[in-house]
Amino acid sequence: MTSPFKLRLLLLIPALVLASQTPAHAMHISEGILPAGWAGLWFLVALPFVVWGLRDLRRRSSTESPHFKALVGLVGAAVFIISCMPIPVPFAGTCSHPCGTGLAAILVGPAVTVVITSIALILQALFLAHGGLTTLGADIVSMGVAGAFIGYGFFRLLLRLGAPATVAAFVAGLASDWATYAVTSMELSLGLHPAGSWFSLFTPILVAFMPTQIPLGVLEGVLSGGAYQFVTRRRPDLFRAAKQKVLMEVPE
Amino acid sequence: MKRRLISLALALLAAALSFGWCLEVHAAKWTGVDEAVVDKFAAAAGRQPVEPLINTDQGDLLLFVFLVAGAAGGFVGGYYFRKLFHERRDGELTKGNA
Repeated sequence: MTSPFKLRLLLLIPALVLASQTPAHAMHISEGILPAGWAGLWFLVALPFVVWGLRDLRRRSSTESPHFKALVGLVGAAVFIISCMPIPVPFAGTCSHPCGTGLAAILVGPAVTVVITSIALILQALFLAHGGLTTLGADIVSMGVAGAFIGYGFFRLLLRLGAPATVAAFVAGLASDWATYAVTSMELSLGLHPAGSWFSLFTPILVAFMPTQIPLGVLEGVLSGGAYQFVTRRRPDLFRAAKQKVLMEVPE
Repeated sequence: MKRRLISLALALLAAALSFGWCLEVHAAKWTGVDEAVVDKFAAAAGRQPVEPLINTDQGDLLLFVFLVAGAAGGFVGGYYFRKLFHERRDGELTKGNA
């Protein structure tokens, strides 16, 4: 172990510990908030994505680079920490957390990100009083499915349009964060709306999230762009095949 | 190295002072958006959050579990970071020297 690495590790651990000391409550829908029918429906929506993710994970673990599993482990730890890290937003006077799913989706793929997010959410619901077991399906759909697939979709689209990969990663992070909160607003409004249109409740919830999530989305974009650049510069071999699949050629 | 550490210490001090100033001038309670948004709309719809299966939200217990979770996540992340970015480089260096 080299000494600069030791130093970085020594700085990283207390930073992570300090960052996660205060309980965060944000996009996670707490236990009991959603009516049973809606909670069950979101489980049904989440299930095929989790199964797809598990199959994708098994297939790629045996066919891709031997470092793929290590990358999944690193991304899993990052999503777990990022999604329970409260960040105060001075404009709003509230705290919320980024999700990390946009970054995860562009590094390991959206389906595997759903599995990673599900594990992080189960641990948070069980031990951190963060989210709930009955609302797990809804939380997986908003953070895992919507966050990962929408972020990844923007990443692919921008790469195809010729945008630099770092810019595409920035937009993926931003879009995944905002999509997560938009879907959370939809889940809440569908489950909680009084008689009449659910959309009449959707807009106020979404607007109420905005002061906190607009700046946090930008922060998540910066985090995703920076982390993507860092990882791909140091391990381009891990992403060459994935990029070729997206573009049919390796971009500069 | 010494200069780096001094810069880091100064940056941390500046961050702490700015954060402290921010807390002083802002009268907000820094609640999470679930309380400020989710619980507010849920309460208006007549639904209240119920106690989680394992309720760690009791006194400083929640701080403890968050600290353990942060440390565990940090160690797992650090382990795989080393595997991906350092062991390979060490291996390449060894191969190069041989």
